Amino acid sequence: MADTAHVTVQVQSLQVLRGGRRVLHGLDFSVARGRITGLLGPSGCGKTTLMRAIVGVQIVESGDVRVLGEPAGSAAVRARVGYVMQAPAVYLDLSAHENLRYFTRVLGAPDGRVDEILDTIQLAAHADRPVRNLSGGQRARVSLGTALLGDPDVLVLDEPTVGLDPVLREDPWRSFRALADRGTTLFVSSHVMDEAGRCDDLLLMRDGRLLAGLTPAELRERTGEEDMEQAFLRLIEREEATV
Amino acid sequence: MSVRATAATALRVLTQLRRDPRTVVLLLLVPALLVTLLRYVFHGQQETFDHLGGPLIGLFPFITMFLVTSITMLRERTGGTLERLMSMPVGKLDLLAGYGVAFAVVAAAQALITAGVAFLSLDFDVGGSVAAVVALAIGNAVLGMSLGLFISAFASTEFQAVQFLPAFVFPQLLLCGLFVDRAQMAGALEAVSDALPLTYAFDALDRVSTGGDLGGRGWLDVFVIVGVTLLALGLGALTLRRRTA
Repeated sequence: MADTAHVTVQVQSLQVLRGGRRVLHGLDFSVARGRITGLLGPSGCGKTTLMRAIVGVQIVESGDVRVLGEPAGSAAVRARVGYVMQAPAVYLDLSAHENLRYFTRVLGAPDGRVDEILDTIQLAAHADRPVRNLSGGQRARVSLGTALLGDPDVLVLDEPTVGLDPVLREDPWRSFRALADRGTTLFVSSHVMDEAGRCDDLLLMRDGRLLAGLTPAELRERTGEEDMEQAFLRLIEREEATV
Repeated sequence: MSVRATAATALRVLTQLRRDPRTVVLLLLVPALLVTLLRYVFHGQQETFDHLGGPLIGLFPFITMFLVTSITMLRERTGGTLERLMSMPVGKLDLLAGYGVAFAVVAAAQALITAGVAFLSLDFDVGGSVAAVVALAIGNAVLGMSLGLFISAFASTEFQAVQFLPAFVFPQLLLCGLFVDRAQMAGALEAVSDALPLTYAFDALDRVSTGGDLGGRGWLDVFVIVGVTLLALGLGALTLRRRTA
């Protein structure tokens, strides 16, 4: 996908056990810098576990995960990686402003970052309302804003558009593109194949294994399908035919 | 340790508490109401009230802070915010110290209000200094907080966390000497109570309330309270895992 100088995330032979069951079966891949890499696959295929391993909060059985050349989750890397979980992990009883201010101070970022980020996530008008009273999409934006505070080099986003209708999905994807254009590496998971077309690179996953790592154009070419959903299904069919 | 992250966490916990005014009122006023209740339960027995009042003023903060902290920490664990914090460059002890500072502030307010009501309007009288009772109350609150932080690691729901109060705190209350002199208990129980932190918390309060002086054994009590607090904070830090299954 990319030469090593441009590799931001490097995963080798990654295996993870959860509850005595192997959920990741020896994954190998790399993620290129400044690009949007989409991790796609059905619910329950191991996307969240893989993202947790990259952020360094997942106990892994074996294998190596490096982010920016350092072991995932090491102190040096934690400051440079932003992580947005699927459920907005923010304090619901605090306002967006209070949430951002807290994480700003914890990170040691300048206080001015709070207002900058409120503008970025377009929540300045609702900054003082408790997050509990915000809509699902607005809560997700507070969570995203929290991850942006430290101006991370790598953003790991777990299903950031889940529950948003197609029109509302436009906005976050526009922000992701803007971030990638500024050099941020984005690793975004989704189970909605429509979103695959918005990524630069794709990792297709099923049952804890990678089916393919390619670009959307390559996927279309390889399967002869224009529709991403169909292309993914075609890929699975072929895989099963070869087993 | 980072003073900045500790202060930010303390401020955040206090802001969250402020958003829940009913809890604040309950925290601050319930102990004072219970002490008032006790005063009239022991109607005409001022001496008994004087004897029990001091320890109770000092033990209420232990109980409430244990409960409030274990639930707050459990929310942090289950709400995803702890996982977020653990993925950030934040020290675990900064978090715990932030909690400690925040709840010590609440405990101080609680102890001052309770003591104020008892001393000023209930003719409560202790042999020793009022300041010592309040100081011990705050110390016990911090002890309860650190035990609550640690214990919250063993609860996965709020129902479980609430049940740790009767399971973990009530036996200590029964054995600490408040209701029955420890020397009169079955021998095995007296030995067990030697190993429970609340025994020392009660003993120190009892000394200040009756005799007026801590003495050598009293300072041992204080040493145990501080030691167990630090031990529980350390164990609590161990339960904050960067990586989880």
